[in-house]
Amino acid sequence: MRSTAALPALRGPSAPPAMFAELNELLGASPERPDAGKFTLLRDTRTDGSFLVHHFLSFYLRAGCKVCFVALLQSFSHYSIVAQKLGVSLAAAKERGQLVFLEGLKSCLDLLFGEEEQPGQPSPLQFLSGSPCDLRALFDFVRVSLSATGGDSWKGPVLLVDDLSVLLSLGAAPVAVLDFIHYCRVCVCCQLKGNIVVLVHSNEDSEDEENELVVNSLCHHSDLILWAEGLATGFCKDVHGQITIIKRLSLRQAAEQDLVQIYQYKIQDRNVTFFARGLSAAVL
Amino acid sequence: MAAAGGERGRTSFQRRPGAGPRPSALPGTRPSVRHGQLLLSSGLPSLDCVLGGGVAVGTLLLIEEDKYGLYSNLLFKYFLAEGIVCGHDLFVASAKEHPDNILKELPAPLLDDSYRKELGDEAAAVKSEDFQDSMKIAWRYQNLPKIETSPTTYTKFGHYYDVSKKMSPELCQSVKLHSFYLHEELPFEPKMKTWNMNNGYARLLQSIQRIISQGGFDGSDPQKKQRNVLRIGIQSLGSILWGDDVCCSDAPEDPQSLTKFLYVLRGLLRKSLSACIITVPAHLIQNKAIMERVTNLSDMVVGLESFIGSERETNPLYKDYHGLVHVHQIPRLNSLICDVSDTKDLAFRLKRKQFTIERLHLPPDLSDTVSRASKQDLAGSAKLLSSGCGAMAIGKKHLDF
Repeated sequence: MRSTAALPALRGPSAPPAMFAELNELLGASPERPDAGKFTLLRDTRTDGSFLVHHFLSFYLRAGCKVCFVALLQSFSHYSIVAQKLGVSLAAAKERGQLVFLEGLKSCLDLLFGEEEQPGQPSPLQFLSGSPCDLRALFDFVRVSLSATGGDSWKGPVLLVDDLSVLLSLGAAPVAVLDFIHYCRVCVCCQLKGNIVVLVHSNEDSEDEENELVVNSLCHHSDLILWAEGLATGFCKDVHGQITIIKRLSLRQAAEQDLVQIYQYKIQDRNVTFFARGLSAAVL
Repeated sequence: MAAAGGERGRTSFQRRPGAGPRPSALPGTRPSVRHGQLLLSSGLPSLDCVLGGGVAVGTLLLIEEDKYGLYSNLLFKYFLAEGIVCGHDLFVASAKEHPDNILKELPAPLLDDSYRKELGDEAAAVKSEDFQDSMKIAWRYQNLPKIETSPTTYTKFGHYYDVSKKMSPELCQSVKLHSFYLHEELPFEPKMKTWNMNNGYARLLQSIQRIISQGGFDGSDPQKKQRNVLRIGIQSLGSILWGDDVCCSDAPEDPQSLTKFLYVLRGLLRKSLSACIITVPAHLIQNKAIMERVTNLSDMVVGLESFIGSERETNPLYKDYHGLVHVHQIPRLNSLICDVSDTKDLAFRLKRKQFTIERLHLPPDLSDTVSRASKQDLAGSAKLLSSGCGAMAIGKKHLDF
């Protein structure tokens, strides 16, 4: 792909890592040959799993995939500055047409305070303002932005959502959210042979039944689950949490066992280090 | 957000040519070392320290009220008072107390003498003339021109306040004030019916949006005019006076209004030069799921737990403090990591003049016959305290490493 070929020459020898190399090793993934048709669930409990979103964003951009990023939680400049630290420029990717960025915070303002919208182009967050309570407009947005148009030569399309729990907070019913994801799976994973990465919050003792319903149902359908948890014993300066990587082999072949790996991690300024439980540098 | 990212191909030491007035020229702000975002002081330097330097522009600080709302109200007033001293515009919204009354009750700042003069205190000027005449010892300096007070005192970051005194009305009137009192607002415009949101919240959002776009706080439209910071304070959001029923029942009819409001507010804050403080009666919200969603949609969440009415009030171990501070959330702005303070065991104390947040210390054990029971009690509560920032300590037997 033209982008991947051009980038290393520009960056030079001391360039920051494009993504968390250690995580790629654990997952057996490489930006040279991204998977196709996979659904990845990022789940965080008692901690913030957004570092995983940044990883996958820079991973797929580096891999030369066409990415549709539904960013509901933060502003574009936040993602862009973090991506720059990881060696990827979101603004350039947007210009190239590689990245389609939906800034939820901005488009909800446009929807509520903006001028009368054009009848031909409904806002992706149309469900906020009432009449149709489903997420059809959001799905249409995803489908249109990822469907291949003749000119570009990007690898398989990728849908990235940060984070799905916000849709519930905005009044979408859990069933509507699950419908939306199902449609996206059919469209992106099956038809276009692309990937989906979705972040959800979950907390068993939160009593948020709607959210638990969404999380449980997504867990059953995911090919890969990355579950970041805060340490059960509380805050620690040198170990920020524990990540459980579940490779759902049973989803493809009924006889197989799921592969579960557990690591602890520490987030640094531009990187995340992973190590076996109890083997952090601070302890040894 | 207003801050621009680092540009490529240029070292950070160079001054950008023609970049116009740097944002740090705004009074009462300073850029963060970690993420480059402008920081405001919350009016309480000890709280700034806990929050990683201050409240970043474009973010939301949510205070979970203590049971009687005494101390959270104090933090609310500190935030507004700091805005007045720094010359920021204020927007005060309330459904309970009239905003004008809130402003009358703000604490007086503890300022140095030079700054007092700058504020136009006539009496002080007269006094200094008397002082000049009577100069006996250092008479050589009598004829020296008065030193211009440096602007650093004015733009100083974070001030201290005296809660026993009230701020003078002249000082209050020196800044631009916008107030929103729910019961005085005009009836709703019919167009907004489609928002699917509680009426009071929708009106408040509309009013904030109007001020941001008309007052020139919008970060996205370029303009030459001198910018200022807008401080927004919203009191007791989610209480029944706002017409919300999340505090009344376990299964409220309209559980999404509050979270929707916070989402739109987040959008408004992110694109403008403003910061917001909200107090929420979290102990009244029956449904824990709502509080969790509210936390996820806020940037900083600080809970206050006062000892009033609890048995800890008389516990000798806590005799130095009036309550505990729980930092539930610190934002990750423009970076992967956040500024977490080293200690999670925080307590607050209201002294005669000042409210402070400090590290929780045990009193020295001087007696020979220590009651073991109280020690056990403290050990248990210390464990509870060490949880925070999303990490909740569960189970005594679990061992991570």
